[in-house]
Amino acid sequence: MNEQPGWAYTDRVKDHFMNPRNILRDEDAFQADGRGTVGNIKCGDQMEFFIKVDRQKETILESRWRTYGCASAIASTSILSEMVKGMPLTEAYRLSPKDIAGRLGGLPEHKIHCSVLGDKALRAAIDDYYVKNGMAERVKTKKARLVCQCMNVTDLEIEQAVLEGARTYYELQERTKLGTVCGQCRDEATGVLNEYITKHFSGS
Amino acid sequence: MGRRQIYLDYNATTPLHPEVKKTLTEAMELFGNPSSLHGFGREARRRVEEAREEVAAFLNATADEIIFVGSGSEANNTVLSIFACPSGHCMCHRQGAKDILTTAIEHPCILETARCLGDRGVNVSYLGVDRYGKIDLEDLAAKITDTTGLVSVMTANNEIGTIQDIKEAARITHRLGALFHTDAVQAVGRIPVDVRKLDVDFLTLSGHKMYGPKGIGALYVKKGISFCPLIRGGHQERGRRAGTENTLGIIGLGKAVEMRLREMDEERKRLKALRATLIKGIEERIPDITFNGHPTDCLPNTVNVSCDGAEGEAILLYLDLEGIAVSTGSACASGSLDPSHVLLATGVSAEAAHGSVRLSLGRDTTMKDIEYVIDVMPGVIQKIRDMSTGYTKKEAA
Repeated sequence: MNEQPGWAYTDRVKDHFMNPRNILRDEDAFQADGRGTVGNIKCGDQMEFFIKVDRQKETILESRWRTYGCASAIASTSILSEMVKGMPLTEAYRLSPKDIAGRLGGLPEHKIHCSVLGDKALRAAIDDYYVKNGMAERVKTKKARLVCQCMNVTDLEIEQAVLEGARTYYELQERTKLGTVCGQCRDEATGVLNEYITKHFSGS
Repeated sequence: MGRRQIYLDYNATTPLHPEVKKTLTEAMELFGNPSSLHGFGREARRRVEEAREEVAAFLNATADEIIFVGSGSEANNTVLSIFACPSGHCMCHRQGAKDILTTAIEHPCILETARCLGDRGVNVSYLGVDRYGKIDLEDLAAKITDTTGLVSVMTANNEIGTIQDIKEAARITHRLGALFHTDAVQAVGRIPVDVRKLDVDFLTLSGHKMYGPKGIGALYVKKGISFCPLIRGGHQERGRRAGTENTLGIIGLGKAVEMRLREMDEERKRLKALRATLIKGIEERIPDITFNGHPTDCLPNTVNVSCDGAEGEAILLYLDLEGIAVSTGSACASGSLDPSHVLLATGVSAEAAHGSVRLSLGRDTTMKDIEYVIDVMPGVIQKIRDMSTGYTKKEAA
């Protein structure tokens, strides 16, 4: 074995995994203006993101992070910390999992959810900054929309199921139990399903 | 870097024994169909039957009790499927009880087959395990009912190495009128397995877990036990497994077993000592870890350890970069979302399951290898913990 054959990851991922940038070593020394935590160790990954903000320009000066998770989770947070340097808050707020995965040169499909946590952690940190600085109105909490009335399944849960591998209506049903009572939401659920498959997995 | 490569994943698979490799290379010339009556066929038949004798002798069975199959998974599928045989149309049909009782920590080839049979009308129930991965024999006795046809309990677990009391489990099962199967894929070739002493009705073994080739396994079926083939349409293996024999695989398995007979006892002692050193080293040099599996009733080659605040796939890949090959029970590594069903069944937290790594030793493992691992692993765990949310939190708490 010379060059680690069959690494499921790109060289970028490997580089950021082996040499992670901007890890938070000393919380007190960094003095973050905003911090966000997402994920859960029980589920296998958790991320904390810390940002320092240039209040005049409303850009991110610097960021730090801590991650419990696999190689793609570590690499996602690491590259994200480089991506956001100098970035306007509004732009950073719009970063998507696809942007992160794209910068990494792609992630294996079943690892996409790791990069999802990255952008969520970043948004949580920006929200935290907004709230602490009297700009709570800028916080855009994503509101869940009910798709399946019978089983109480929302569009956000469909998104989660897509990120976890659901690609067909049947797989979606298996994971969420959606549409298993009256079945009237089938068309809408299929639409939402395809929307999220396109959002997270097509092109890049 | 010319770095060393240390393979500590023998429970996943093993390299061919050099003698097996030699035998296989020579046997490459052999192409006859064992079913043919001419000289080419007869030579192939002779070699296949020799191997069958070897395997039978190793298990203390007779040759006509050994069926060669394509894998341990196939053997396990075959046994369970007997009990889904739906009607009297099939000659093999076993009257009466057909429900299956198995354990929560079996290999997926048992669990998924059982689930599938469940969809086909077989009632399947499961035995839990204690924190060391042991089933409770009283629980076993309690769960066997009049409709239980088969009890299937693995001899040794692939992830944590825990060894069950198969002899007692089979005795209880027979007393209550059911048949007993054991998946002994991880046990055969590592610890002594004697089908007469254990008194099991079915036993599964696999070639590539004991320095034999991949794609070959064997199923022991006790004489007189009703049987139903999974693969039909040929007289091979006395009508019990259709398909032209995998002669090379069978010959390789025969040789592997022969070498096990000579080397296993010595190796077992050696690995036990290496394992003890590894455990001690990890314990002394890495804080906040927990060993999984039974402290004494355990395979001599398996160490499974959970590291607080460090995720298993990350540990695996950092160790890989250091030239050490291990495996993990973390969900991330398998592509599924759930961590090891075995570890969860032992009652450890999902966090501990995500943070688990398995190091499994084998005949090429040396003390130097173990020392290298003890040297490298603490740094790897520290590196991961330094960037982890989980570990920092724990210290602060």
